[in-house]
Amino acid sequence: MAIALRQINPDVFPAFPITPSTEIPQYFASFVANGQVDTEFIPVESEHSSMSAAIGASAAGARSLTATSSCGMAYMWEELYIAASNRLPLALALVNRALSGPININCDHSDSMGARDSGWIQIYAENNQEAYDNMVQAYRISEHRDVRLPIMICQDGFITSHAVENIELLEDEEVKNFVGEYEPENYLLNPECPMAVGPYSITDYYMEAKRNQAEGMRNVSRVVLEVAKEYAALSGREYGLFEEYCLDDAETAMVIIGSAAGTAKDAVDKLRAAGEKVGLLKIRLYRPFPADEIAAALSHVKAIAVMDRAEGYTNHGGPLGADVMAALFRAKSDALAVNYIYGLGGRDVRVEDAEGVFATLKQMIKDGDAGETYRYLGIRE
Amino acid sequence: MATDISKLGVKAKWRDLTEGMVVAGAGTSREFNTGEWSANKPVFIEDKCKQCLLCAPVCPDSSIPVKDMKRGAFDYEHCKGCGICVKACPFGAITMEGVK
Amino acid sequence: MSYNFKETMNKPERLAPGHRMCAGCGGTIAVRNVLRGLHEGDKAVIGNATGCLEVSTFTYPYTAWEDSYIHNAFENAGATLSGVEGAYRALKKKGKLDETYKFITFGGDGGTYDIGLQSLSGAMERNHDMVYVCYDNGAYMNTGIQRSSATPMYADTTTTPVGTQSNGKPQNRKDLAAVIAAHDVPYVAQTTFVQNFKDLHIKAEKAIYTPGAAFLNIMAPCPRGWRYNTPDIMEICKLGVETCYWPLFEVVEGKWILNYEPKKKLPVEDFLRPQGRFKHLFKKGNEDLLEAFQKEVDRRWEELQFRCSR
Repeated sequence: MAIALRQINPDVFPAFPITPSTEIPQYFASFVANGQVDTEFIPVESEHSSMSAAIGASAAGARSLTATSSCGMAYMWEELYIAASNRLPLALALVNRALSGPININCDHSDSMGARDSGWIQIYAENNQEAYDNMVQAYRISEHRDVRLPIMICQDGFITSHAVENIELLEDEEVKNFVGEYEPENYLLNPECPMAVGPYSITDYYMEAKRNQAEGMRNVSRVVLEVAKEYAALSGREYGLFEEYCLDDAETAMVIIGSAAGTAKDAVDKLRAAGEKVGLLKIRLYRPFPADEIAAALSHVKAIAVMDRAEGYTNHGGPLGADVMAALFRAKSDALAVNYIYGLGGRDVRVEDAEGVFATLKQMIKDGDAGETYRYLGIRE
Repeated sequence: MATDISKLGVKAKWRDLTEGMVVAGAGTSREFNTGEWSANKPVFIEDKCKQCLLCAPVCPDSSIPVKDMKRGAFDYEHCKGCGICVKACPFGAITMEGVK
Repeated sequence: MSYNFKETMNKPERLAPGHRMCAGCGGTIAVRNVLRGLHEGDKAVIGNATGCLEVSTFTYPYTAWEDSYIHNAFENAGATLSGVEGAYRALKKKGKLDETYKFITFGGDGGTYDIGLQSLSGAMERNHDMVYVCYDNGAYMNTGIQRSSATPMYADTTTTPVGTQSNGKPQNRKDLAAVIAAHDVPYVAQTTFVQNFKDLHIKAEKAIYTPGAAFLNIMAPCPRGWRYNTPDIMEICKLGVETCYWPLFEVVEGKWILNYEPKKKLPVEDFLRPQGRFKHLFKKGNEDLLEAFQKEVDRRWEELQFRCSR
């Protein structure tokens, strides 16, 4: 992630350390100290200020970003909404970590899932290669004139962020050319025309302002695919809105986000080898949610397990569960579906756990009933 | 390019609002008439004025324009009639009902 | 820097009329006169914490600002302008900008003394080239006159109301200028609307053109919150200074400088009497409260004199 940021060479990077995202600003500060980037690095006194400063910098006409995790994101909460409603295309490198309490430094998605309605684009990675590739594509999506929205590039704390993996990097020059220059239309430091940002909006405007903002979100899926196509031509690595793994003829499938998809793929391989028709759909773009495309990809599947690495405390499942089930409902799907809460606070997900989920799905088809749709995976009863 | 705020009245459609609700340009509040807030206004008695300009900085509504080192007529479209300038004038060149 | 009042008033107006601050508002008087510290030809980006000033000067689509302006939220005006100033340095470094910009942010005492203190402290400590201006009216006026840590002792506010068991706010006000001076920033000053604005104009220019972080604390009376006769604002400010309730001072590179010493220090009740928020202090039987108020003013004045004598 830090390497992608060095290659992007953003204008302004305000940051505050929090495990497990600390290494991103640390590495970056050393790039600054050694003249490898010409970014203004601002070591602020809190995450609220890191996002506030990133917003100020972006409005001023600079390409800006910050990085955080968990409570750091919770602390910048109101700023997330302000960045989005101001239509500022800044980036947040989010290393997913459980929210307090109890305090825990390991991975789950409770931080970013809580921010799913903040108006940010959210893209998730399974591994470091994807995290790097997503970061390189980030500004092309967020700064696109039909979008102009902030973007969150998410990866799993420790599991991905501290994993030692070999990844393929692009050349610095290739990244520079791919990302291009930031050319905002209106900005504070425009000597030709001043600008005022952050108005008080009376009721007559507020709802129209929100609808106007939603229009940017409506264009995201198209732009994500356009940028991915261009990126594939450059890197040879292909990305979509989500990844389908052995899904074509699958009877049972898992819908999942992040690093646990890797484990689940191992289970799929194992079960496929045993002749089971199992598959997986891994979400890349979570906000906006590609509901129609996901429902279409799952249209032939008979039983589906939606995996949430975050509680929703709705008494019937987590946020991804709600989104996928709503998509299936609108598509008039008659699939059986359950929603698992798993991996909270860094709880390990083993291949056997994933196999167990597929066994449950198979049983559901046999029973013709999903049973309890809100379940926990890997909990001590 | 400066925003044309004449298209941004309270009946503006969502597509017509500016992206991110920014306003490019400056001083568009001049289009908003705060002079209606009060009927009681200060009166400038030019004959008594020595052009000391002491009334100019005390106006909260930038309604005492200064040009070429001289104050001009009150901007009644924006003056809210607070009466501060009356007391700031050492020469009795500004009067207002109810302010001594 | 030589100062000429008429030339200062002859500069182009940088806060347009048509904003919706109350008639007689001290906040806008502070803003207009601070902006006169800017040299003609220099551009500026103005920051603003949420408060009366923000909701009244940029009510969509009407901006009263002649310069670029950013409001972000209540508690982060310091951090927001840090980012803007960082962007300026970055764009300059990359050769994308030729013009000179100055950075000034305004906050009320709520956004400055209280909810925005951390963000302000960070911005000051990092020594961004910016000025933070607090227009201190001693309460959260935008939400309806609730107490802040800038509210003076015994003031009647809606969260420290005077009642049978209450004499108003029980605590003394925070000395924020001293708090910021302790950050070791190049320039801190306190002022208000006296001496035909000479003190304010000079300090604004110094604050804006001193490289690094600067802080200005400006007493800006609020006629609604303080309940005085609106046209009397200049007299109220004068009494604040002549009673030594609101002394005029600067802290330049750590050196404390007293800018004005009254020939005859007036009793603080002269400042308190015209204000409705202190009405209860003048009831029979409350003489001890007035005495306690005077004692605190004296203590702080002596402390300031001591600091300035070193």
